[in-house]
Amino acid sequence: MNKLLSAQDAVAQIQSGMTIGIGGWGPRRKPMALVRELLRSDVKDLTVVAYGGADVGMLCASGKVKKVIFAFVSLDFIPLEPYFRQARQNGDIEVMEIDEGMMLQGLRAAAWKIPFIPTNLGLGTDVIKLNPELKVIDSPYDDKEWVAMPALKLDVALIHADRADARGVCQIKGPDMYMDDWFARAAVNTIVSCDELVDAEYFADGDEARYVYWERSQTSSVVHIPGGAHPTSCSPLYGFDIPHFKAYAASAKDGGFDSYCKEFIDGKSEADYQAAVGGLDAIRAIALPVY
Amino acid sequence: MSTPAQDYSLAELMIVAGAEAFRHDGEVLATGIGLIPRLAASLAMTTFNPDMMMTDSEAYLLSEPNPVSGRKPGQVQKQETWMGFSRIFDNVWSGKRHAMVGPTQIDRFGQANISALGDDYSKPKVQMLGVRGFPGNSISHANSFFVPTHNTRVFVERECDVVASIGYNPERLPKGYQLNDIDIRLVITDLGVMNWQGPNHMLQLVSLHPGITVEQVVENTGFEIHIPANVPVTVAPTEEQLAVIQQLDPLNFRAKQLKDNPPGDRS
Repeated sequence: MNKLLSAQDAVAQIQSGMTIGIGGWGPRRKPMALVRELLRSDVKDLTVVAYGGADVGMLCASGKVKKVIFAFVSLDFIPLEPYFRQARQNGDIEVMEIDEGMMLQGLRAAAWKIPFIPTNLGLGTDVIKLNPELKVIDSPYDDKEWVAMPALKLDVALIHADRADARGVCQIKGPDMYMDDWFARAAVNTIVSCDELVDAEYFADGDEARYVYWERSQTSSVVHIPGGAHPTSCSPLYGFDIPHFKAYAASAKDGGFDSYCKEFIDGKSEADYQAAVGGLDAIRAIALPVY
Repeated sequence: MSTPAQDYSLAELMIVAGAEAFRHDGEVLATGIGLIPRLAASLAMTTFNPDMMMTDSEAYLLSEPNPVSGRKPGQVQKQETWMGFSRIFDNVWSGKRHAMVGPTQIDRFGQANISALGDDYSKPKVQMLGVRGFPGNSISHANSFFVPTHNTRVFVERECDVVASIGYNPERLPKGYQLNDIDIRLVITDLGVMNWQGPNHMLQLVSLHPGITVEQVVENTGFEIHIPANVPVTVAPTEEQLAVIQQLDPLNFRAKQLKDNPPGDRS
């Protein structure tokens, strides 16, 4: 079994109007090279489900997004994502804003092929008022009311892993896999970019297999992109690029997303992008964050 | 054993007052969002509540808190279990957690907002973080609030523009719930300490920071606050507490948290 594809061919599976989930968390281990490939495509009207960072901001800024399903969109050390903020304040996008735990429940429901998960999350708040599609139901077992958090079914999930083999065995060696396993399971089609491509033998060694969080049957395509999470982190391989994020955030005030795209994305290959940010060695040398 | 300090900053006073929120918690995960709440939780764990649990703000639970400043990448920490984000939710939903968070808006019901500002949700005047974990946290476990600048923009007259966390609002109480099921603890501001134990869960003043008057608190709160007959002055840090805080924050990041780093006693 060989699931290796080029980034372009992998992203070509995404069509306008689809619902896509993006793994990672804020500025951490986002499949940014795949997002850049998506920015170069003519796809539009996407519904995006994410623990959002610049992935969501960039897709909003480029007009590819119809709706964002989110609990937050943040760059962490820059708390407010500048382009998501613009898109919201301009009224450009629809939203389904939910608790970050509800998002996990929605992904789990999709993964488990059940229509919803009953939960108390969101009760008494505007999450219920602002999302008429969220139903509050009676329980057959007690006298309380419960939110029926619907399955968040994904057409495609985009994930970045530390390493993978051609069959789609994916390893995350950083301290947190975030909800990537659930994104992989919630999607019909899971595209994983990896920093390192390894042989199947790699996972047979020591406890390497312990860092594999979903079965290869949940991975549809594998794309080898060293440094592919940049400017987000891929701990322990590299941290997030603070100066790059600062320049990205500044571009929202001065020049706009077009200026950022012109410098880093439009008409550029991933190799061009990496050259523009200092090369792979420079990416891999970015220090890990200290919390 | 305890020597009241003569010289301390407002940030240090708020750390010590914030630590009190966690004094009787026992074995729960304390999460302080922001430097002063994190130091408050860390001080509580280091001194009077050693049973408390604490994260490294990344992916592990710690048996003793990490310093908030001066740590190097990869520096050894006292880990006791893995605690990635999915495990955090398992802990949140178990109820064994107490978060101290910094909302942008707080209303008279104790409902809070970090999502967005403005009347038109489809086109907010100011998009902020999003509701994040506020809805789930507020219905699952205890929460306290940290407010670095006590004013009527934070303590709003109307309901919050976006109600991100459940409070003591009878109109929004879910079926099968009592107001007492909601657990909002202390509010630590630059003016004083408050809780929600006034009549009908009104916000009530618990103590005033040295040099602050009741009038200042009332003027800067956009809704009615209950003022008990006797309001004590917030207890000053002890020299021992300041020494622990210094160990937890050797580079004095706390001095940069409040504008102009005011002294603790403003009389």
